[in-house]
Amino acid sequence: METYAFVLLAVLAIATALGMILNKNTVNSALLLVLNLVSIAGVYLLLQAQFLALIQILVYAGAIMVLFLFVIMLLNVDEEESLFDKFRIKYLVAFLLGVVIFGQILYSLGGVTDMLPEVSSEMVQIGTVEAIAEVFYTDYLFAFEMTAILLTAAVVGALLIAQYKVKDSGETE
Amino acid sequence: MTEITITSYIILGTALFMLLNSAAVAVYAERRIAGRIQNRVGPNRVGPFGLLQPIADVLKLILKEDVTPHNSYKLIHTIAPIIPVVTALMTVAVIPFGEGIYATDINAGVLYLLAVASLGVYGVTLAGWASNSKYSLLGGLRAAAQMISYELPLGMAVASVVLFVGSLSVVDVAVAQENWWFVFLNPVGAIIFIIAAFAESNRTPFDLVEAEQELVGGFHTEYSSMKFGMFFLAEYMHVVINSMLMTTFFFGSYHLPFAGYWLPEMGTAAKAILDITVFTGKTAFFVFLFIWVRWTIPRFKFNQVMKLGWSRLLPLSIINFIVIAGILFFFFNG
Repeated sequence: METYAFVLLAVLAIATALGMILNKNTVNSALLLVLNLVSIAGVYLLLQAQFLALIQILVYAGAIMVLFLFVIMLLNVDEEESLFDKFRIKYLVAFLLGVVIFGQILYSLGGVTDMLPEVSSEMVQIGTVEAIAEVFYTDYLFAFEMTAILLTAAVVGALLIAQYKVKDSGETE
Repeated sequence: MTEITITSYIILGTALFMLLNSAAVAVYAERRIAGRIQNRVGPNRVGPFGLLQPIADVLKLILKEDVTPHNSYKLIHTIAPIIPVVTALMTVAVIPFGEGIYATDINAGVLYLLAVASLGVYGVTLAGWASNSKYSLLGGLRAAAQMISYELPLGMAVASVVLFVGSLSVVDVAVAQENWWFVFLNPVGAIIFIIAAFAESNRTPFDLVEAEQELVGGFHTEYSSMKFGMFFLAEYMHVVINSMLMTTFFFGSYHLPFAGYWLPEMGTAAKAILDITVFTGKTAFFVFLFIWVRWTIPRFKFNQVMKLGWSRLLPLSIINFIVIAGILFFFFNG
């Protein structure tokens, strides 16, 4: 049962990821990315990581992607012209790099035989909010705090940029 | 996570059935109360007291022609009305309707509720975009901006409740209010939650998404027949769902006020009936509040909505959260 669910979710994730890259319409791309995020959240659920799955949907699918969509719709981005219309050397480099990374992924996946690890009774507890919080505030406290500072700095930076523009346009009016 | 039994399915089925029907009842209540508030009669022809009006409405919607605009994105135009209905239906899975009467108890149920609510915005936004009409697009954009803005104070208000409970399970939230409802312990959070819930369900005074005077019909300008019916249904289901959430998080869930102090022990069946009655009664009151506010208070301007969300409610909710956390830590050592 779990294997079937995993295969379904994995196929959905890969299909939506490919669709997102290949689709020329930006809004469709964004929507496929949302589906991709949701199907990956489903994979997390199969691994008993409920907290991670819910946060994935809440933050990525629910907030960040809505913002993406908002910007795409607001700017009314036109359909991107085909990539292969103007062939340049940087596309070739990008393609080669992509092949290298794809090869690396395939190589690292080569050793995997089992599709899903057996979910033991220990693993069931690891995905809960309590377990994650405990690890966050003891073992990884430093990394956690550093991330918090980084995020705060980013928020303040974004606010400053937004404020600056508001003031600027206010003076010129 | 608790085991899923036959009882869970029965409860879930009943809850979904009740929710779908409650939307029809809410539509009827809205029109009758609106009539009352505006000194007119309201629908009273179909059936006794006009009670069959929702059925007549749905029949009318089904029989109408289903128009899809010529240059619209057909697939998304069709999918969009389904999204808000599905997200509304998904919510009932974790809400406890009485002592031990819930479909499932997720370890992070509060986050589940927020996650599902955050997905609901796609329906309105995509409907606005896929219609390929400027009024719809403006409505969709307003919906996206408004719902993202009010999710934050809503989340902070819920977080301040979680501080009291010490658990993210919705069932624990309900159990923790046996003696003291959280509206007494955390009144600021309750007010913020109610305001944000109004904004999240796009109801007046926050219904800029479909402001008739400016945007014709807002995001559903280009929708007709049952596709429009789905949006209509979803709006009222969200009203009912948000009423349930207010009841669950701040108004004692299925408990009577201070029930722990005076309510005597009762048999399982009697307790279950009392719990569900109390829960339904409170939910009905908040549905009434939604309707009451809609027909009493005029609509904001959009810049006022944004200002209220970002520079009033959000700082207030964060301060509320920090103050409560401080009080609980220093005085109650919890």
